Amino acid sequence: MISFSQVNKRYPGGYQALKNVSFRIAAGEMVFLAGHSGAGKSTLLKLIAAIERPNSGSVLVNNQNVGVLKERALPYLRRNLGIIFQDHKLLFDRNAFDNVLLPLQICGFDHRESSKRVRAALDKVGLLKREKSHPIALSGGEQQRLCIARAIVNRPSILLADEPTGNLDAAYAQEIMAIFKSFHQVGATLLISTHDTSVLQDTRVRTIELKHGELQPAASSAAPAGPGKSAATRPGQA
Amino acid sequence: MMRGLVQHLAVLRTALRRIFSSRLGGFFNILVIGIALSLPAGMYLLLQNVQGLVTQLSGTPQISLFLNLDAKTDEIGKLRAQLAQNPAIDRVEFVSRAAALEQLKQSTGLADVIGGLQQNPLPDAFVIYPKPVQAQALETLRNELAKLPKVEQAQLDSAWAYKLEALLKFGRMLVLILAGLLSLALVAITFNTIRLQILTQSSEIEVSKLIGATNGFIRRPFLYFGAAQGLLGGIMAWLIITLSLQLLNFQLKALTQLYASQFILHPLSWGDSISLLLFSMYLGWLGAWLSVARHLSQIEPR
Repeated sequence: MISFSQVNKRYPGGYQALKNVSFRIAAGEMVFLAGHSGAGKSTLLKLIAAIERPNSGSVLVNNQNVGVLKERALPYLRRNLGIIFQDHKLLFDRNAFDNVLLPLQICGFDHRESSKRVRAALDKVGLLKREKSHPIALSGGEQQRLCIARAIVNRPSILLADEPTGNLDAAYAQEIMAIFKSFHQVGATLLISTHDTSVLQDTRVRTIELKHGELQPAASSAAPAGPGKSAATRPGQA
Repeated sequence: MMRGLVQHLAVLRTALRRIFSSRLGGFFNILVIGIALSLPAGMYLLLQNVQGLVTQLSGTPQISLFLNLDAKTDEIGKLRAQLAQNPAIDRVEFVSRAAALEQLKQSTGLADVIGGLQQNPLPDAFVIYPKPVQAQALETLRNELAKLPKVEQAQLDSAWAYKLEALLKFGRMLVLILAGLLSLALVAITFNTIRLQILTQSSEIEVSKLIGATNGFIRRPFLYFGAAQGLLGGIMAWLIITLSLQLLNFQLKALTQLYASQFILHPLSWGDSISLLLFSMYLGWLGAWLSVARHLSQIEPR
């Protein structure tokens, strides 16, 4: 589903964000991407969404090499991804409902169908009663959940989350991780970057760790979908 | 198909809402476009009207051939035969001096003055309807006729019309230049408006790109905005022209009554009106397109 092989990413100016990174994430798998800030977690996620391109190596998403995708094909790649941004990227000129509606407008859903889907997504993250609120009136946790609702409204097969619990207190973080697990249970592939140790304590979830742009051997890339690890994820699915 | 249409209508609604979101700003933009367009279009309309007046007044060109006062009847007969044989002449009409005097009495209301004259000062004359209508051929014919015996003077009656025609050509060129310049201004206005819009909506554009919007989807509301603003500007120009025309006609009526004339300014024809609207819409769209092409690529998600 997602596969990196010998990926290098160097930013203009010479900063090497990723060094020779290789790993695989199977369809339906839930994986944590750990590492201190500046380790290259965000860069890795951006490569999957083709927001950045690798300097060498290949990034496969659904067997498509996104590193060499044409500009014109990018929108259709991104429609298959639900991205939860570190800085939310909510639009402050419209209410919660319209924020979640945007991906459906982009894909050209009709009004009735999209209203239904938006409400379902808002319900899923517990914001149904706040659909008329503007993001500015929402708390940090609520904004994060709104961002999740927008990411899932299009029912993507892959969810990418960049520090979704970054600046939330523990209770909110728990809540959000619970939402992610429920998506995992219905078969979505999730890659969640975090440096939150309390989140990472959940040992049932496979963790890959970046340090200074390199994958740490502990999260062995040699055994990407190792039986022990994937077996460990299975109970969560059941 | 239906779904696509509904989507386009939704985008159009968004574009219109943007125009009117700042009511005064949007209105002023439309007003500026309207004024810019109404200048060349209004001048064009005036030229059209003058043109109409010229063809109405000049009709078919005539050459008046005034004879010497001492021309005898048989000489006149000979001249008439000569004229009839000229291949460049369609038809000849003889106006005797007596008939001319009578006509003058009736048409000008100077009967008293004319009645007081000792003798008829008018010469016999031929009114000649030539076949060619080009100014140059007419001029050649006139020179030829002037050389005939017993002819005092040959006068090309529509000479002034040709001069005016040349003047109108000049005017039309002026309108063309003005239209070109102001069209550029319209494109520039839209270009700038769209640029500002793109800047204020950069976050929406960025997010849309991140969640899978095609460039076409992002471009569309801006293009619709440009076209709609252009169209509204065109309508504004049409209103300005039509209203100005009403005001001018009101004054013109008083003026033409003094000259016992029925001349009024005609409004823009349907065809011209629709051309004006389509043209301004196209210019707005063009300005938006240029702006979007220039500025949209600068907003890339990071």
